[in-house]
Amino acid sequence: MVRALEKYIRPGVKATPFCPGCGHGILMGLILRAIDDLKMDMKKMLFVSGIGCAAWIPSPHYNGDTLHTLHGRALAFATGAKLYNPDLCVMVVSGDGDLSSIGGNHLIHAARRNIDLKVICANNMIYGMTGGQVASTTPRGSKTSTTGEGNPFRPFDLCKLVEGAGATYVARFSVTQPVSLIDSIKKAILHVGFSFIEVLSPCPTQFGRRNRLDRPDEMMKDLIQRCILEQEAEGLTEEEKAEKIITGEFLS
Amino acid sequence: MPFRWVKSPFPKGTYYFSGNEAAAEGAIAAGCRFYAGYPITPSSELMERIAVRLKEVGGVFIQMEDEIASISATIGASWAGAKAMTATSGPGFSLMQESIGYAAFTETPCVIVDVQRAGPCTGQATKVGSGDIMQAKWGSHGDYQVIALSPWSSQEMYDLTLRAFNLSEQYRVPAMVMADEAVGHLRETIRVAPRVEVWDRKKKKGGAPFDIEGEDGVPPMAAFGEGERLSVTGSTHDAYGFRKTDDPEVHARLVGRINQKILNHKRSIIETEDYLLEDAEVALIAYGFTARTSLYAVKRLRKEGQKIGMLRLKTLWPFSDERVAEVGKKVKRIMVPEMNLGQVAGEVKRCVVCDVISLSQTNGEVIGPELLIETLKKI
Repeated sequence: MVRALEKYIRPGVKATPFCPGCGHGILMGLILRAIDDLKMDMKKMLFVSGIGCAAWIPSPHYNGDTLHTLHGRALAFATGAKLYNPDLCVMVVSGDGDLSSIGGNHLIHAARRNIDLKVICANNMIYGMTGGQVASTTPRGSKTSTTGEGNPFRPFDLCKLVEGAGATYVARFSVTQPVSLIDSIKKAILHVGFSFIEVLSPCPTQFGRRNRLDRPDEMMKDLIQRCILEQEAEGLTEEEKAEKIITGEFLS
Repeated sequence: MPFRWVKSPFPKGTYYFSGNEAAAEGAIAAGCRFYAGYPITPSSELMERIAVRLKEVGGVFIQMEDEIASISATIGASWAGAKAMTATSGPGFSLMQESIGYAAFTETPCVIVDVQRAGPCTGQATKVGSGDIMQAKWGSHGDYQVIALSPWSSQEMYDLTLRAFNLSEQYRVPAMVMADEAVGHLRETIRVAPRVEVWDRKKKKGGAPFDIEGEDGVPPMAAFGEGERLSVTGSTHDAYGFRKTDDPEVHARLVGRINQKILNHKRSIIETEDYLLEDAEVALIAYGFTARTSLYAVKRLRKEGQKIGMLRLKTLWPFSDERVAEVGKKVKRIMVPEMNLGQVAGEVKRCVVCDVISLSQTNGEVIGPELLIETLKKI
């Protein structure tokens, strides 16, 4: 299987740039599996990313056109490319801080326009590359290098945000749900309109070690326990729900 | 040759255009087929006209959520193969600076028309200024080059916007048209020639998109979707676009090249015009709308017997060091009138040894001939 995906990796790429235990490498592979299942022509695929760890998922590793842009601006660059050449299949892969914090305005406007962009937001709930500062997606109470006492503010619900702004395919899955996630990425690719998938991806280096999840496997187990489907959440109390992360397709 | 003559999309003839409208027509004539922008006084008429014109010629227009998005979409469209532009004024130009640095570093052709108004900050939105000249050159962090042109008429809003596209395509660099409110809102007759000279970016299958190819130091540039599997990044990169963020040689080489490819072609990029300079003892060095009133003042004082002339800068960046130095050797004194606190006067002083007087006016009004004549009579 891994050999079968080699053709999607740019010649000259030698190693993954991610930390041990990072979920982004898993996501990198799952996107390629979805592309492989659909037999997409990589020559017509453009991958746009911003700045941060997740922005390195496509750039320069994927063997299509890759555009590694500025912090927060991936969607604006992607909008220009897609509008001028609608034949391109344009996928934006970037992080939570990049897409929803510094790039939040572009996110809601791209969703509002419902331009045919496939957005995969790798959410590790923290600024990983810069040393673990609080993000707009950090859960309330979580410790980061800038919230030693715990984050006092509530995080964005990214799926609700983009749905409210006008996105037409919205889903959330974790890298611990690979089968559902591959399926969802395939749907996003085939969907015509603004597609958004929030992918929960563990960051043991910056998030885990400050929040009693020191080891990569502990972070993975935590995600497996907390990520439940919408229907599973139905019988739970509000308190129980607060501990969980609701995953699934919310709009398709 | 990389340039070609094409039939003007606007029929040959004379037209009555505002500067902003003329700039939109110049862009269309150059082959501009993508515009992303955000409304801002005093540049909005350009966007309004090009929105209509792009629809007529089968191009793409989009109004974005802010100026950062506008320039970013412009760069994205350029890599998708478009001749692309945006236009703005001071506050928007400030917002665009990071992306302008991206365009310079990734060698992305794009055109930015800045219809300058009285700053700093929101300043006087409907009033004139030329306070963005240094920002055009130094606005983004790091060392890079851009090309900046300075129109003084509706005709030149057409001609220089067209030229900005050509230079941008030829050298793979952001090119700016540093207009001002007075030129943008000026209404006058322009002449459209039957044919226009148009440059297109070089293409070469399999060519390294970020290293020297050929004598001009400008590498070929493919578009997304052409099968070249481009890797474009604003991080330091090698000839094929691989990030090299800790290699000192690659960084020094790339920064050196994006600067030298412009500086080595200064002679073909820079345009200046001489007015009555042959026997002049005093020279005005002017640009933009100010050059119009300066020329009037020069002619008036000539009639009174003063040996005075004018050098007009049609290109602001790269700066006309050599021509300014030549003028400086021939005259006793130079005066630089401008609607800022001496941004170009400082550059002139760097190039000459004679006296340089900076005549600044930053009250949101154009510099009238009376002030010029009065000041010139005193010196």
